[in-house]
Amino acid sequence: MKKSNSADSRVAKARLTAARALVYAFLIFLTVLCLFSFYMLFINATRSNADLQGGFRLFPSDYFFKNLYNAWTDASINIPRGMLNSFIIAASSALLSTYFSALTAYGIHAYHFRLKKLAFSFIMAVMVIPQQVSATGFYQLCVKFGLTNSYIPLIVPSIASPVVFFYMKQYMESVLPMEIVEAARVDGSNEFSTFNKIILPMLKPAMAVQMIFAFVASWNNYFMPALLLDKAEMKTVPIMIAQLRAADYSKFDMGKVYMFILLAILPVVIVYICLSKYIIKGVTAGSVKG
Amino acid sequence: MKRLADPRKRKGISYAKWGYLFIAPFFIVYGLFTLVPQVMTIYNSFFENYREGLKQVGPNFVGLDNYIKLFTPDKNGNIDILKYAWNTLVLWVGGAVPQILVALLLAVFFTSYRLNIKGQQFFKTVIYMPNLIMASAFSMLFFTLFSNSGPVNQLLTQMGWIDQPIEFFAQKITVRGLICLMNFLLWFGNTTILLMAGIMGIDQNLFEAANIDGASSLQVFFKVTLPLLMPILVYTVITAMIGGIQMFDVPQVLTNGAGTPNRTSTTLVMYLNNYLKTSKNYGMSGAISVVIFIITGLLSMVVYRSLTRKDD
Repeated sequence: MKKSNSADSRVAKARLTAARALVYAFLIFLTVLCLFSFYMLFINATRSNADLQGGFRLFPSDYFFKNLYNAWTDASINIPRGMLNSFIIAASSALLSTYFSALTAYGIHAYHFRLKKLAFSFIMAVMVIPQQVSATGFYQLCVKFGLTNSYIPLIVPSIASPVVFFYMKQYMESVLPMEIVEAARVDGSNEFSTFNKIILPMLKPAMAVQMIFAFVASWNNYFMPALLLDKAEMKTVPIMIAQLRAADYSKFDMGKVYMFILLAILPVVIVYICLSKYIIKGVTAGSVKG
Repeated sequence: MKRLADPRKRKGISYAKWGYLFIAPFFIVYGLFTLVPQVMTIYNSFFENYREGLKQVGPNFVGLDNYIKLFTPDKNGNIDILKYAWNTLVLWVGGAVPQILVALLLAVFFTSYRLNIKGQQFFKTVIYMPNLIMASAFSMLFFTLFSNSGPVNQLLTQMGWIDQPIEFFAQKITVRGLICLMNFLLWFGNTTILLMAGIMGIDQNLFEAANIDGASSLQVFFKVTLPLLMPILVYTVITAMIGGIQMFDVPQVLTNGAGTPNRTSTTLVMYLNNYLKTSKNYGMSGAISVVIFIITGLLSMVVYRSLTRKDD
């Protein structure tokens, strides 16, 4: 009896070890799959055009700064300008979307008014409607009011971000019970300054995470900016990347091309490496109920 | 009594005003930049309104003509919008099915007490990273890596596996395969993290009870984990689907907007973009938008129902 039991547990142990080995192998395979393209990007950005034509290599070369200089000073694709433009749009959108989402969420969380339920259901219902569905009218409107080649239609709409709102609402429900809200209210004081001075600081962690997501989404956004911006000095990074693809490819210095791509994704990668823990936590916090 | 009730009442009224004030910016901006454009888009779909060279045609009311045109076969008997809807579906399924299956597996592995996987933070960090990468740059990167003189072909040649470079962008199967692979890589980490949170939200006692009853890992998965995970799985599938209908950046940049070869990787939004950007045809782009809108609504309803029926 005892013998067969220990034999059983040995079999179970061996099984578990085998299962674990398989799982780790699978995880390593996925890791390689995820990192391979980025690794190649980095390696190839350190190689000269001639070297790149010569063949495949797995280790870096010494052309990184030359490529960086060539890409940074390229005459047709003004990448520093593009990065600045993208940064202006993304940073403004991030600030607006987090501030006004918090304000909207607080309005619904802290007050009782007749249209409160309707307002909440409305925002939840429109959360899934893709932006492209209203793109025709949006574009026409921008043309009508002279807002093409302007950043206003790329920044201001982020005031109404249903997803960020939902996240803020969820966050308030967990950290901002009504007792705190009531205690924070100084009788007779302005509700608006109560929100700015007392409530907002309490939302800092949620605001920070959502700011990162909003920044990244705007930084990566391609569809709308490509539709609205055609002046060279107004273009954002994704438009420049698409331009790179449209150009006569065979004449390009490939080292420079890899450097352009690297520059396009580098800011986000750096932020991610520094803050990955908080970002990953932020993925779940607001998106799933229960 | 009266003195107590009065200020409360007064307070309630004045606070309600603040509620409206705080949510006003959201609704004004939403109305101006989304609702009005949405109505304009639908309105436009009933008008003929485009540019032909320098000449502006319309806007003239044409009723359902744009929709009829959208669904009328060309001289080869093809209906473009159906072709592009099919492309979108194929590209979505090819990326989303492995995405959800792999994410489900990983979520179970990561949360398994018995497996006790080490280095989770590292793996999660790696698999989530592509989700934040600029899709257009990712697509451009794949274009360079898989081009005829790119590193992948160089590697295969150096290994002696091929004599001629594989023309990845000239064949339907490889172009579609690469788009699916990219979509998979961009999203499976995100899905894994969502599903993990879902599994960790399940009452741990249920797993313990199942173990005591002698249930195998597979039984636990199919009888406990999966049914209780269903609401979050529904959410994941619906959001993935809505993301899929919007598929644009990756195929647009990879094929330079052409959907090569022979428009077999042109998606619905690329079609919309062609009418909107290239020919400024607001009537047709409006009609396509309405079709996408309807598909979005229908699909999310169908999936939601089919996945929740078992629960009833």
